[in-house]
Amino acid sequence: MITFTLNGQAITTDTAPTRRLSEVLREDLGMKGTKVGCDAGDCGSCTVLVDGRAMCACLTPAARVQGAHVETIEGETPELTRLRAAFLRHGAAQCGICTPGMLMAAVDLLGRNPTPTETQASDALGGVLCRCTGYRKIIAAVCDTTDTPAITTGGVGAALQRLDGAAKVAGDLFGADVVPDGALTLKAIRSPHHHAAFTFGDLTAYGQRPGIAAVFTAADIPGINRFGVIPPFADQPAIAPSPARFRGECVALVAFEPGVTPDTADFPIHWQERPALMIPAEAETAAHLIHANRPGNRLTEGRVVKGDAASALAASAHIVEGEITTAFVEHAYIEPEAGSAWMERDVLNIRACTQAPVMDRDDTAAILGLPVDKVRIRPSAVGGGFGSKLDISLQPLLGLVAMKTGRPVRMTYTRQESMVSTTKRHPAEIRGRIGCDATGRITAVDFEGRFDTGAYASWGPTVANRVPVHASGPYLTPHVHARARAIHTNGPVSGAFRGFGVPQAAIWQETLYDQLADKAGIDRLEFRILNALSDGDQSATGQVMQATGIRQCLESLRPHWHRALAEARGKPGRGVGIASCWYGCGNTSLPNPSTIRIGITAQGDIVLHQGATDIGQGSNTVIPQIAAEALGLPIEHFHLIGPDTFLTPDAGKTSASRQTYVSGRAAHDTARALRAIILRLANASDAASLSLTNGTLTVTEGTIRRDIALGKLPTGADGYVLHAEETYDPPTAPLDANGQGKPYAVYGYGAQLVELCVEPTLGTVKLLKITAAHDVGRAINPQLAEGQIEGGIAQGIGLALMEEYLPGRTENLHDYLIPTTGDVPPIQSILMEIRDPEGPFGAKGLGEHVLIPTAPAILNAIRHATGAKITRLPALPHRILAAIQGAKP
Amino acid sequence: MLFARPDTLTQAIALRAQGCRVLAGGTDLYPGAGDQLSGDVLDLTAIPALRGITQGADGLRIGACTTWSDLAEATLPPALIALQQAAQQVGGRQVQNAGTLGGNLCNASPAADGVPPLLALDAVVELTGSNGARSLPLAAFITGPRRTALAQGEILTAITLPQSALTGRSAFVKLGARAHLVISIAMVAARVSLEQGRISHCALAVGSCGPVACRLPRLEAVILGLTPSQALEQITPAALDALSPIDDIRATAAYRREAAAELLRRAVLEAA
Repeated sequence: MITFTLNGQAITTDTAPTRRLSEVLREDLGMKGTKVGCDAGDCGSCTVLVDGRAMCACLTPAARVQGAHVETIEGETPELTRLRAAFLRHGAAQCGICTPGMLMAAVDLLGRNPTPTETQASDALGGVLCRCTGYRKIIAAVCDTTDTPAITTGGVGAALQRLDGAAKVAGDLFGADVVPDGALTLKAIRSPHHHAAFTFGDLTAYGQRPGIAAVFTAADIPGINRFGVIPPFADQPAIAPSPARFRGECVALVAFEPGVTPDTADFPIHWQERPALMIPAEAETAAHLIHANRPGNRLTEGRVVKGDAASALAASAHIVEGEITTAFVEHAYIEPEAGSAWMERDVLNIRACTQAPVMDRDDTAAILGLPVDKVRIRPSAVGGGFGSKLDISLQPLLGLVAMKTGRPVRMTYTRQESMVSTTKRHPAEIRGRIGCDATGRITAVDFEGRFDTGAYASWGPTVANRVPVHASGPYLTPHVHARARAIHTNGPVSGAFRGFGVPQAAIWQETLYDQLADKAGIDRLEFRILNALSDGDQSATGQVMQATGIRQCLESLRPHWHRALAEARGKPGRGVGIASCWYGCGNTSLPNPSTIRIGITAQGDIVLHQGATDIGQGSNTVIPQIAAEALGLPIEHFHLIGPDTFLTPDAGKTSASRQTYVSGRAAHDTARALRAIILRLANASDAASLSLTNGTLTVTEGTIRRDIALGKLPTGADGYVLHAEETYDPPTAPLDANGQGKPYAVYGYGAQLVELCVEPTLGTVKLLKITAAHDVGRAINPQLAEGQIEGGIAQGIGLALMEEYLPGRTENLHDYLIPTTGDVPPIQSILMEIRDPEGPFGAKGLGEHVLIPTAPAILNAIRHATGAKITRLPALPHRILAAIQGAKP
Repeated sequence: MLFARPDTLTQAIALRAQGCRVLAGGTDLYPGAGDQLSGDVLDLTAIPALRGITQGADGLRIGACTTWSDLAEATLPPALIALQQAAQQVGGRQVQNAGTLGGNLCNASPAADGVPPLLALDAVVELTGSNGARSLPLAAFITGPRRTALAQGEILTAITLPQSALTGRSAFVKLGARAHLVISIAMVAARVSLEQGRISHCALAVGSCGPVACRLPRLEAVILGLTPSQALEQITPAALDALSPIDDIRATAAYRREAAAELLRRAVLEAA
């Protein structure tokens, strides 16, 4: 028996003394606000206070809190209340998974130091990892001791605090946080080898051991044991038959009875390790094919050919040539994959973290041999995704067990399991040449990229197709020859990660543009402005551009550029770098619709059926803002439903920076349609204004006022007296064999300026400031837009300076490094609003754009500071030092 | 399965003799464990005698279960600045509040942050078993990566710092690829005494550059009697022949040797 005080209440609980306190809080006491991200003290998301001191609950033996005062996020203290409000006001919570840990670490700090400086706050929060925010707004919130009121209402353009924020600062319910009564605990058996055949021992006997409810293998899958986000390339089994093609691949499942400590140590399996292909260049020429139908282990190749790049380069006044190599990059969301499943009559319900509920439904139904209307996907709050939670992970595994046993089941990946089994950013090897004429105008780009797509297809085809389209960067380039191919290896599956390969391409192109500007004798910023795409210019795919904001972004940085260069002049190690981005929003030349439904009840509730998953980026706030503005009624009347495949129409996946633009446009069109219905009822024109009070909708136009008593209108089968539903699909056109066409309807643009200091004797980098100008078309919610910028920059910093996933070596969050509080410098965001005719109120996508310029701008600043050309990422200190020494004459 | 959290050392020694595994802060034992620790566990953190820093006639005694936060918050002689700086760079504050100095030594990671500052303080560990206590220089205690001279039935009860080593000022410099929560690429501690502007005593130690952290006696001898700026010229990668760094995910061996020299120069300058 352990007795302690929990948030002021006396608690006595019977538990094993060395059980982790995090487990006692979550499992025994049902306090799910304390999150578990790593079980190793690496992420700090389980931070609680023990006798006033911050501790990782995952490292604390239960017995140690005997007689102690424990405080968790469930506590209600004046300090926590004030901090929660500050976090909401500053937009310091995005996905919300790190928020409880951050808040508790902040309580610890403020208990010692009620008025911390930014540096003190940064140091105190250094033990908690956040992957969404870039930390700056968290630090600002902790240091803000005022009681400034938050912005809680407003339409498009208002820096409204998140509508779903209250749950995040209270400890939201993520995939692991709702457990059906009596749920089995599911564990996967995974390949310890990159490539290995396997046979099972006596599974029947194993399955009859006490505590084990059932065992499943590939042989138990009733449907098609093959999934993939792009159906023609679908190749990945939910449970692999022999051989396993990558380390971490699931080969069997064991379901344990509730309350049993799951231990799969002596699961009967015999492995025969086989030679593994780990290097794309070797895989391309190897006799062994990872998939028999893909010669040369090539998944696919994308190309864009415009004009005659070879001749144009030959005729160019200046040419630069270079290559760059990047690593596997792990998404490192703080929430490992988690969820549960249960049957409701004949309907399989799956509640899990995801970015793509409808794709989950369709893939899971196919694997389990179910009709899609017998699978209901009920997304949990998502503790970060960044692309990896687009692919199914545990959904079919949970579904299989719930369906076969008829019992509820739960599964939570360990940190290592999450890292080994889910997708990564594609490692890239890019080489080529760029030329310009004597006046500095770009003549041609010749680009060749080889991307390690790992063992299965996932989003490899998307990367191969998207990269050549973006290979020129946002610059007018008359001649383009760009090819990108995705090559299978026995490495982890490479999939979607914020930018789909474009960040890797930008590292190559933007570092070469700096060298080209130098050759042409032009200032690096002015070189970019000179070549920036303008309205009416043709892109590499021959698309005529509109609402092109790159020039405005670059020009807005001019004063900052001159200030930064002046400040750096004469100071050893100081460097200034710049890089641009452009990025097409939505699928590349493929249908990509979103549907939104809005209904009004007899009582006057406006119900927004919003199927876009909010993984922290803010669609639960932005889409209501758009809908409210378009309908003409205040946002307070709106009530949000979804996402849930039984309750919300398909708003597509949260990827490709498409939700604000595509689902936002669908919400806009739906709200406009509903407004038209209301105006017709009142016989009023669009000039009329609407108001809603006590179930009465009032339409006012000039001196005329009409009241619509909603309760008197007939209620439809859907429960609404008025409703509308609209679909929007971006108007794109297919790409021909040379990649010519209109791949995207809307592009976003941006440019970032990095100021840093390199320690020339150690090769370490201290970032001083980043100034980021992004053309968002229209900032629906400026605070959320800034949050995207800061978070994307933090991931760009990681890509540039520290992140390198090595299978078998960096499968945890202390060997795999992501930026901490002290690694992200002050960020100044400049929001440019070059309105796009397609986007809702002119809005463009932003989520991925923000990551693209950061890494090349850092590399350009390092070269400016030291002369060092970095050609392999991440630019770890030893690589930078070697490059500095290589750059010396 | 037994769990014991005694409040006297005598009880602890008796339990240890029965083969219990020792739990201190838990920050190295819990990573990699399941929902709970397996086996018989002896938790040392309730024994008051094992925690805290006391001045004795022959030096300072640091109880093995003294946490990093305890060290950082204590008022200590300038010779211990390096140890206090290290205490603030172990993991995050959460780990510093739980992790103990004794645990750090027994875990014997080549990258243990506590080891270089303690080597520079001529630290001696006190190992207590049912036959009493014995003392061992720290350098002899850590015998390899994850290996120590702790015998069956023994508990590391204290770290003692001889009075002779409490002179001068020290500095700790840790190099990693990010700001917080970082396992070092290389780290150093330097303790320096000056007389009339010249180095009258010095102790230099380097971690993460070999299977175990080590002192650099040859280099220490070379810089004795020099001014700090003269000393810096002598601290070169070539002078670090005692190190045996390796290539790993964090850096190359050559880089480590070069970085260690640079870090030592900085530490000596800071301590002098």
